[in-house]
Amino acid sequence: MHITQGQFSFLPPLTDEQIKAQVIWALDHGWAISVEYTDDPHPRNTYWEMYGHPMFDLRDPAGVMKEISECRRTFPNRYIRVMAFDSSKGWETPRMSFIVNRPEHEPGFHLERQEMQGRAIRYTVRPYVTERPEGKRY
Amino acid sequence: MSRQQDQEPRYTPGVIPYKQMGYWNPDYEVKDTDVVAVFRITPQRGVDPEEAAAAVAGESSTATWTVVWTDRLTNCELYRAKAFRVDPVPGNPEQHFAYIAYDLELFEPGSIANLTASIIGNVFGFKAVKALRLEDMHLPVAYLKTFSGPPTGIVVERERLDKFGRPLLGATTKPKLGLSGRNYGRVVYEALRGGLDFVKDDENINSQSFMHWRDRFLYCMEAVNRASAATGEVKGHYLNVTAGTMEQMYERAEFARELGSVIVMIDLVIGYTAIQSMANWCRKNDMILHLHRAGHGTYTRQKNHGVAFRVIAKWMRMAGVDHIHAGTVVGKLEGDPHMVKGIYDTCREPYTPRNLGTGLFFDQDWAALGKIMPVASGGIHAGQMHQLLTYLGEDVVLQFGGGTIGHPQGIAAGAQANRVALEAMVLARNEGRDIWHEGPTILNEAARWCTPLRQALEVWKDITFNYASTDTPDFVVQESVSA
Repeated sequence: MHITQGQFSFLPPLTDEQIKAQVIWALDHGWAISVEYTDDPHPRNTYWEMYGHPMFDLRDPAGVMKEISECRRTFPNRYIRVMAFDSSKGWETPRMSFIVNRPEHEPGFHLERQEMQGRAIRYTVRPYVTERPEGKRY
Repeated sequence: MSRQQDQEPRYTPGVIPYKQMGYWNPDYEVKDTDVVAVFRITPQRGVDPEEAAAAVAGESSTATWTVVWTDRLTNCELYRAKAFRVDPVPGNPEQHFAYIAYDLELFEPGSIANLTASIIGNVFGFKAVKALRLEDMHLPVAYLKTFSGPPTGIVVERERLDKFGRPLLGATTKPKLGLSGRNYGRVVYEALRGGLDFVKDDENINSQSFMHWRDRFLYCMEAVNRASAATGEVKGHYLNVTAGTMEQMYERAEFARELGSVIVMIDLVIGYTAIQSMANWCRKNDMILHLHRAGHGTYTRQKNHGVAFRVIAKWMRMAGVDHIHAGTVVGKLEGDPHMVKGIYDTCREPYTPRNLGTGLFFDQDWAALGKIMPVASGGIHAGQMHQLLTYLGEDVVLQFGGGTIGHPQGIAAGAQANRVALEAMVLARNEGRDIWHEGPTILNEAARWCTPLRQALEVWKDITFNYASTDTPDFVVQESVSA
């Protein structure tokens, strides 16, 4: 199983050089880069852990790359994504989000079906790994 | 001795030209709160363009064909629309652009039905003009503030779907008609697990003998949830709730909500009031609202008569839809690149300046109404990805129906080809590559490691729809005056 959240999950894993090019695109637009990690890849898990605040004042791509590398070193077996926040009027939301690290093994999701009235089914998507407590999942 | 008649010549019983009835005023100063419309008028032979413009102003506001004394019971000057400018259409001596201003008082707050009953009501059948087209409108901020706009909007839609920085991908289930619910859901599942974000009902899939709407909803939601579990992504299927009555539409929308759908769909043919009602329902139920513009080609396509689609797009941004089909440029359906840009800007920008080249006649402040995600659908395929991204930008749903389902290795392979092509193109653009010129190279590079993309490029390599557009801008490039 290969989780395909983010902008570039259908491509081969991005090299550091490719990641840096995306970081430069974001910085050139005035967006702030943020690095986030999680071990709960549920599609509606909005709030991954922040590896520090979005780097509003860091405009140097090399500095951003250092943060990304540090996060990967600290959490080699978690999902890590790079996001770019746009604070301009009318957006004020992420403009980019792509995965730069993932666990070696991705067990995926269980789809639970609860039979309801008639033929209706209530669906629950559950990551297999979240059976175990946070930090002990991968 | 006869009773005293109205002494002012304007009110002498009988028929006088519209121009003299107060519907033509070249000195009129447009107020910030006025609604302004520009019509392309083709007067009948012998009818003076200013008189035709005044007639259109009259018939779309207070006038009837003859003088009525009851005008004098009202503050009639205020209620009369004023034609204030008539320009010849470049290259077409028969036609003129007529600008008409309407006081805000003429319109009920928050009602597209009321606005359109005036602006495109009786007047389009009016004998004094051979043909009439509503080219564009300026809507004052004061009026826009009486509308709620898109229930979700681009920003919140992306946040809900957790999808940023690239166009969304969709496909319409084919064949449009005849599949059973079970077979239909198979197409949805394959396309979503293969890499699409959305699959879509077509405009005429409602509830027919081959597939009852409840069956469709049940099987589609099975497909959506299976695909979500298989990919870890939020997925959706536009469940078309279009039906014969409002009650049936609410019933269908409520079932979609119970099943956990993120999005429902309606057709333009349900009418403006029904669209506004569904927008309210969606806002109340955290639902994205997809609009298929079924029927619009009957009145938007020909340049001499009807309503330009950019005006429909404006009304829909006010009425409140989250998605609207707005042209592909390169696909099988009508769409001049400049006109399509004007429509996309109307959907997505907070402010659109006057730009005759893209068909926009007025500066328009959108008063913080949400943004509509335009949908590009009809005859597009992976090999055009660089053109699509260049023309349409990244806040758009690219719908590859045939271009997904027609893939030689199956639907999931077709979906994967499209997604890989898209991600490769966005990546390359962000890296600073010139995708307009390098597009085919970028696609071929990705096709080296992605077999489904290679197959897609092979099958559809030469498919283009190069026909002349019927709806193109008419304007003369003005020399810019430097200060």
